[in-house]
Amino acid sequence: MAKTGILIEIENNTVKDTSLGVMTAAAGQEIYALVLGQDAAVVKDKLAEYGASHIVSITASGDLSSSPDLQSQALAAAVTEYNFETLLGTASATGRDLFARLAAILDQPLVSDCVQVNIAEKKVRKSHFSGKTFATLKVNGSVLLCTIRPNSIEPVAAPTAGELIEFVADVADPGLIKIVETKKAGADKLDLTEAPVIITGGRAIKAAENYKMLEDCAQKLGAAVGASRAAVDAGYAPHSMQVGQTGKTVSPKLYIACGVSGAVQHFAGMKTSKVIVAINEDKDAPIFSKCDYGIVGDIFDVVPLLTEKL
Amino acid sequence: MKICVCVKHVPDTAATIKLAGDNGFEDSEIKFVPNPYDEYGIEEAVSLVEKQGGEVVIVTVGKATAVTTIRGAMSMGAHRAILIKTDSQFLDASLTARALKAAMDQDGLPDMIFTGKGSVDTESFQTQYRLAKSFNMPIVNEVSTLTIDSGKAIAEREIGGGEKQVIEMSLPCVIGVTKGLNEPRYPKFQDIMKAKKKEIREMDLSELGIDVSQGKTMIEKLEPVPERSGATMLEGSVDDQVTELVRILKEDEKVL
Repeated sequence: MAKTGILIEIENNTVKDTSLGVMTAAAGQEIYALVLGQDAAVVKDKLAEYGASHIVSITASGDLSSSPDLQSQALAAAVTEYNFETLLGTASATGRDLFARLAAILDQPLVSDCVQVNIAEKKVRKSHFSGKTFATLKVNGSVLLCTIRPNSIEPVAAPTAGELIEFVADVADPGLIKIVETKKAGADKLDLTEAPVIITGGRAIKAAENYKMLEDCAQKLGAAVGASRAAVDAGYAPHSMQVGQTGKTVSPKLYIACGVSGAVQHFAGMKTSKVIVAINEDKDAPIFSKCDYGIVGDIFDVVPLLTEKL
Repeated sequence: MKICVCVKHVPDTAATIKLAGDNGFEDSEIKFVPNPYDEYGIEEAVSLVEKQGGEVVIVTVGKATAVTTIRGAMSMGAHRAILIKTDSQFLDASLTARALKAAMDQDGLPDMIFTGKGSVDTESFQTQYRLAKSFNMPIVNEVSTLTIDSGKAIAEREIGGGEKQVIEMSLPCVIGVTKGLNEPRYPKFQDIMKAKKKEIREMDLSELGIDVSQGKTMIEKLEPVPERSGATMLEGSVDDQVTELVRILKEDEKVL
């Protein structure tokens, strides 16, 4: 059993499902769940249920949330304190940033956005060439650092007793960067990269206001709403909603593409989804050759009906 | 102001990758392009220098064929370039960062360094962080809005769900950029001609003291991602199709 640290992401005092999947990636190892900058007691039961034998609240004398440099230093201190052989996190916006900072501090190899991890053999599997190939990498550092693609590993409970630990990292902010503002995004929107279900509108959506139709459907699905590059370039949706090459890489359990033609660059960002459904008026659209279920039809007929039947 | 832009020479995202052996691919017949994210960095650097004066230097770690990518960057307005030559498309991110630093140390320190948020070939998303750390410079990645004013940079990055962080830092700094920052320009014919005469300084990895065998990540195997073989098309009236879809997603696939 390798000592494995898992960086846990918490939202509204609840452990994100994506973090539970990362814990499952380390099944069979001695798992330390690491909670940065807040008391881990509120999430202790959940973390213990998914296999964490140690649940560590990491704090420092300064406010950890004030700087990603400070957070990554605190993580580095925890790696040294507990002698982790492996440290895993989610390939979310936060996880990607912190792990890259951490890898630079520790001068250890990092593999980003893995879909599989073999901790015993120090081998990982990840996408290469914008989703066209999988690469198997052998990593030879003293610490294995990986971020895991959200939703690529289904969480499986593995209950343990779970012991709460407090760790105060002796670190100081190098003062290189300062977060001066956080801009909220209107409504509490589900993050695309972490959403378990995604419904995407392509060029056929025809106007920005028509995304309302997808949002209604998304609400019933518990889904996030995405957009294809064509829709973003046409000004129907902001870039933060773009799925695919030059947008976001997603891997939900269900992906519903509405009026998306299916360019290779779009597939690059969503082909590891578990189930892909396409709705398109054109029966010859390329998307039908690479998805699981297809409906030939006008999205303005099909989507409202789907919303109604869910 | 001297700005270095790190640009990678990568297979066109529309190219079909033909694998060769366990961990290689055929690179002679496919089109290579500047890494799409890096183009936003080139555009940003060139327009900054157009306003504030200075020079834009492209720094590329890649095979000798990367010259085409460098000329492309130069036709967008970069002044000169450094090509650090490697034998393989794949170089460990730590070594790439060390090579970039060594070249910049030799050439003279920049006031700013731009990179793309990541490269579309290895998708390793970390070289810029290692480079920043080696210079002890501030770094912000995935930047979609940037203001440079009196020695300070103010960068915006998305942190999920459309939420954005505004981050302030002093120059020199490293900025990893993404779509939304600007619209990269299309070079005109005369710019393409002019680019052919610009200076490219070549260096070798070994000359910079970098030993490829020290890489800590090794690609053991490359394999195609399995493609779906074609959809099960639903049939009947729109109502029938949607009813059947909901049944499949609930009962067969269990994803709802």
